[in-house]
Amino acid sequence: MSDFSRALRYLNDPLNWSRPNGITDLTLEHLGISAAAVLAAMLVALPVGTALGTARRGAGLVVVLSNVSRAVPTLALLTLFAVSPIGFGNRATAIALAVFAVPPILTNTFVGFRGVDPEVREASRGMGMSRGQVLARVELPLALPLVMTGIRTAAVQVVATAGLAALVGGGGLGRIVNLGFGQQDYGVMIAGAILVAGLALLAELVLALVSWAATPGPRRLPFLRARTAGGGVGVPEPTASGVPL
Amino acid sequence: MTSLGARPLQDAVSDPAVGVLAVDEAPNPWFRPSYVRDNWDTILAYAGEHVRLTVAAVVIGAALALPLALAARRSRLLSAPVLGLSTVVYTIPSLAMFALLVPFTGLSSTTVLVGLVAYSLVILVRNFLAGLQGVPDDVREAARGMGLSGAQTFWRVDLPLALPAFMAGLRIATVSTVALTTVGVLVGHGGLGQLITGGFAANFYRAEIVTGAVGCVLLALAADLLLAGVERLLTPWARAARA
Repeated sequence: MSDFSRALRYLNDPLNWSRPNGITDLTLEHLGISAAAVLAAMLVALPVGTALGTARRGAGLVVVLSNVSRAVPTLALLTLFAVSPIGFGNRATAIALAVFAVPPILTNTFVGFRGVDPEVREASRGMGMSRGQVLARVELPLALPLVMTGIRTAAVQVVATAGLAALVGGGGLGRIVNLGFGQQDYGVMIAGAILVAGLALLAELVLALVSWAATPGPRRLPFLRARTAGGGVGVPEPTASGVPL
Repeated sequence: MTSLGARPLQDAVSDPAVGVLAVDEAPNPWFRPSYVRDNWDTILAYAGEHVRLTVAAVVIGAALALPLALAARRSRLLSAPVLGLSTVVYTIPSLAMFALLVPFTGLSSTTVLVGLVAYSLVILVRNFLAGLQGVPDDVREAARGMGLSGAQTFWRVDLPLALPAFMAGLRIATVSTVALTTVGVLVGHGGLGQLITGGFAANFYRAEIVTGAVGCVLLALAADLLLAGVERLLTPWARAARA
């Protein structure tokens, strides 16, 4: 496997990390674009999802949105934003990624808030809490695990997808893959692939820990939850909404 | 393919009037029927490749997912690693997946197919397992009590009861595979994705990009409707219950 050993040699060369536009720069660019996209998506999806979820309305809209987003190729959206008046570059990439990050966050927030037992709400109202207090102190903690799952799904998806931006002239770690491909140097290409995949896995791990720490009540380790997450056919499956990559 | 690595000029897009090439001065509409008419054969060829890759990936994925799901239902020891591994596979970006496969399978459609099978497998195993676990234990025990063998139980009890979940998994897998296939442009076999990057490389020709994108969405919608129809045909009892 000379290609793989070449990839390892590329990754072991300190110059490849430290030079301008090296791995460090591209990783920071990658993370910057991803963070901007996820934050923008959260600003849109969290309030809308909370409003729809507490009102228990708009299930059809949420399902349609999450289904349609699965059918639209990410590459197409990245390209379309690049050739629109926004122009290509990191801003267009971040906007395109944010569009893809909205459905998972929205779906999970909606399902989370809708799942709060109405009797619990009534009881807290009866105890004299205001609407805001019920939302912040009762509904939010109960919905939080699903909301965090949505943010995690969206964030991992965004980090993974940001690599595609390089195919249409954007920045980020995908450029290493693209560079290796352009030079027919599979070693560099594999090195880039390892970096992109590693960053996505790392994001998954970090966010799993964050959502575990943020979840109130009895804490279960995040990877143990997968076993109970099965079931539930017919309702939109929160964790799988949106396109991979 | 070499154009993919090139970084296009910044100002060519930000201001269409200040073009570098003469093409820029021509109007660049989002959609143009004449483009679709003139290039119908090319579009059809790419769409054909897209459909072939999607169908092959979902069929192979389903053929592999069913035994895996059956095995995972039988033993708890196996179900945790199957689900855990599928989460990891789902996290790997498609660009990285295809790039890692290139040294083994080269610039062929096999590269794209292997990657797509991996992703569809992940979705299908989860849904198949959920469907099988949804079959009540009492019902299976009753079937055993009636003297049905293992295979008979599967065909006559498990399969009909888990069919809605199976079909839901197939629909999700098909639709996302249609979208994922476009990334195959990395190795030159992206079906309609070729139009998307092709238009980008051809001095940001929007009509070509939009045609590719809209084609993908239409393809996904058609596949979803088709599978929904199949599901309706296969589960006549569901219709009877609703009526």
